[in-house]
Amino acid sequence: MVDHQDQQAVAGAASPPLDDAPARLRFRSDAPFESPIAPLADFLAGGNFAAVRVDPGEDVRTLLPHLDRLKLVEIAFPKFRDGRGYSSARILREAGFEGEIRAAGDVLVDQLGFMRRVGFDSFAPNRPLDPAVVAATLARFPHVYMKAADGLAPVWALRHQAGA
Amino acid sequence: MPRLLTGNRLETGDVLWWTGRDWSPLIRDAVAIGDEGDALIASLVAAERINDPALIDVTGTPGNWLPTTTRERVRASGPSVRADLARGSLSTDVI
Amino acid sequence: MYRYDQYDQAIVDARVAEFKDQVARRLRGEITEDQFKPLRLMNGLYLQLHAYMLRVAIPYGTLSGTQMRMLAHIARKYDRDYGHFTTRQNIQYNWIKLEQFADLLDDLSKVEMHAFQTSGNCIRNISSDQFAGAAADEVADPRPYAELLRQWSTLHPEFSFLPRKFKIAVIASDTDRAAIQLHDIGLQLRRNDAGELGFRVYVGGGMGRTPVIGSVVRDWIPVGQFLSYSEAILRVYNRHGRRDNIYKARIKILVNELGVEEFTAQVEAEWAELAPLGLDAPQAEYDRIIAQFAPPAFDLAAPDTLDLSDPDFAVWVKQNVHAHKAPGYAIATISLKPKRGIPGDASSAQMDAVADLAEKYAHDEIRVTHSQNLVLAHVKKADLYALWQGLDAVGLATPNLDLVSDIIACPGMDYCTLANARSIPIAQKIAAKFEDLETQRDIGELKIKVSGCINGCGHHHAGHIGILGVDKKGEEAYQLLLGGSGAEDTTLAKILGPGFDEDGIVVAVEKLIGFYRGARSGPQERFLDTYRRLGPAPFKEAVYG
Repeated sequence: MVDHQDQQAVAGAASPPLDDAPARLRFRSDAPFESPIAPLADFLAGGNFAAVRVDPGEDVRTLLPHLDRLKLVEIAFPKFRDGRGYSSARILREAGFEGEIRAAGDVLVDQLGFMRRVGFDSFAPNRPLDPAVVAATLARFPHVYMKAADGLAPVWALRHQAGA
Repeated sequence: MPRLLTGNRLETGDVLWWTGRDWSPLIRDAVAIGDEGDALIASLVAAERINDPALIDVTGTPGNWLPTTTRERVRASGPSVRADLARGSLSTDVI
Repeated sequence: MYRYDQYDQAIVDARVAEFKDQVARRLRGEITEDQFKPLRLMNGLYLQLHAYMLRVAIPYGTLSGTQMRMLAHIARKYDRDYGHFTTRQNIQYNWIKLEQFADLLDDLSKVEMHAFQTSGNCIRNISSDQFAGAAADEVADPRPYAELLRQWSTLHPEFSFLPRKFKIAVIASDTDRAAIQLHDIGLQLRRNDAGELGFRVYVGGGMGRTPVIGSVVRDWIPVGQFLSYSEAILRVYNRHGRRDNIYKARIKILVNELGVEEFTAQVEAEWAELAPLGLDAPQAEYDRIIAQFAPPAFDLAAPDTLDLSDPDFAVWVKQNVHAHKAPGYAIATISLKPKRGIPGDASSAQMDAVADLAEKYAHDEIRVTHSQNLVLAHVKKADLYALWQGLDAVGLATPNLDLVSDIIACPGMDYCTLANARSIPIAQKIAAKFEDLETQRDIGELKIKVSGCINGCGHHHAGHIGILGVDKKGEEAYQLLLGGSGAEDTTLAKILGPGFDEDGIVVAVEKLIGFYRGARSGPQERFLDTYRRLGPAPFKEAVYG
């Protein structure tokens, strides 16, 4: 059998099933939101929900007219290699959404830095993360090259700021 | 047809063959694997110390194994275009 | 050349520390191989047939003597005294140990080098024209824009788990030396009537299983906005590129399935969202980077003449030296295709020698070409003879650029776990049939490209003659393709007929060349031109008849 190395984006190993009580990691000061999370279709069908779940193939832009009544958008990562959720989160932030955006599922510690940058501010990984590794990961990079959804100034801004 | 168990060592990437008790970098040290092969692979995968463990078909006799595919002959001997880097137990001539 | 400032160095240092930590966690068993694999791939580390293979990034193929000397040091200290320059202008080492990898990364980072994003489903090393900054026909040096792309794409938070790998190439002349129409994004820098710079944007080109020539999605994007426009292309791809089948996951498939018009409309809509967000670097940053690629201070008094009385030197000049935009200077290509050699391989001693010669004669600058050769872009004509002697002393003065023995070959099944057949021995056998230089020169420009599997790292679809290794019931077999080009007149090579075994493919190539020599309209008509004029039928007859 051929080992496809970098071609495993899609053909990766199956992920473990979602844990009923995943370890939470939250970077918000407001109280955690604990009401039911609606599938996107149910939310768009008009249900009275303040939290919605978006799967990788679903268009997060359908939520844009409803952001003012949403407190939480949970973006599902059935496989850690599927990167569509990164765009989903950033699109929400670009549209001005200030509620909680949670990455749920096959979320690995080495992805947290990228996820924070595109706008995720809570995590429900289905395998517990080592807090020491989480802290080291998030403190790793002193600078970033490009703008994203976290407000960090890219190095081109630092290089040319007034007085620099 | 006899089958050998092979894989690459995590720390070094070295090509290895199962000798029945341990791993060897020389295919001539390998032992033919019987029905226990699949269980061995399952335990290796779980232990996460040998990458890409696999059973390969060979002809020949103990001490003189010859893999049936070109790919596995290359793995056993070294690159066919660099005879100076040959692994030692199998000449690149057999590729 | 671009030099790191404190910010670049801090990011590289942090990235090295991060990967060291990931390696340590893998060695301690805290993460599985399945989780580690995408992490190591994003740091250029593959597991191949014999060992780990490391691909070190050479941004847009440009490096200094100091950097080349470090590549030699890596070969000596961590590998088996050689490296392999690739068709993406990078270098690969074949015998790397994971447990030594942290030290290796430290060594690389001392000379502003790394292996980030040379693999994995992310934006790969940016490629460019090996004659950048020296070619007379360019509108500007394309490399500052490649550097802007390098920074923009390094550790991009949204685009590090794409459906598949993503390759971008940038050129600045109508002559295409970087095969931009065969990249996921190809950018051609142009100047409009008002004197402003902008890019023509090709998307969806590529080789591999489904070769496609890129489509123009925009004829003009001002240079000041090309990063946000690239961001829009990547976002459309990340959101909508196929993830259900690895063979259909490249952007070319998305472009084809949507149609160019619809794909372009989606990119434009996305760009309308992104353009106001201030994602593009300011002019001051463009100016800072452009200044670092300022041409060296050319000696205006340098004599524009050459003493060609040494016939061997004269042959090398004729074949391997190109005109430079500055009078008194020339561009020298160093062939890495010596007789009986391995295409693209160089020993540490050869790398050291090239570093020395570049420092002495070429303003300390070396380029890697996608044809697996090296270039010294700024050489005084008065120094060419001494340079040639220095190259000849280490076996690097083979005068065969673009000739039948200047063959591209991927590592193939001698090294690569994806390969179905060996590539290097085929290249060596074909080159051996045409060892005589006079014969090679008589045949003229002929680009033979050999890949060991359908992924096409040997660019067989862009070969005047392309050879593809396939697996035929456990045996190596080779398909023969004709008529490809990776230049500005890009065409995709087509299969001529049934495949061959190892000896058969060499005989078939001999027959093709024999037919061509009899059928060409004159000495100026290249093999590719004859094929285009006559079509495949007579070539097929010559091989199979």
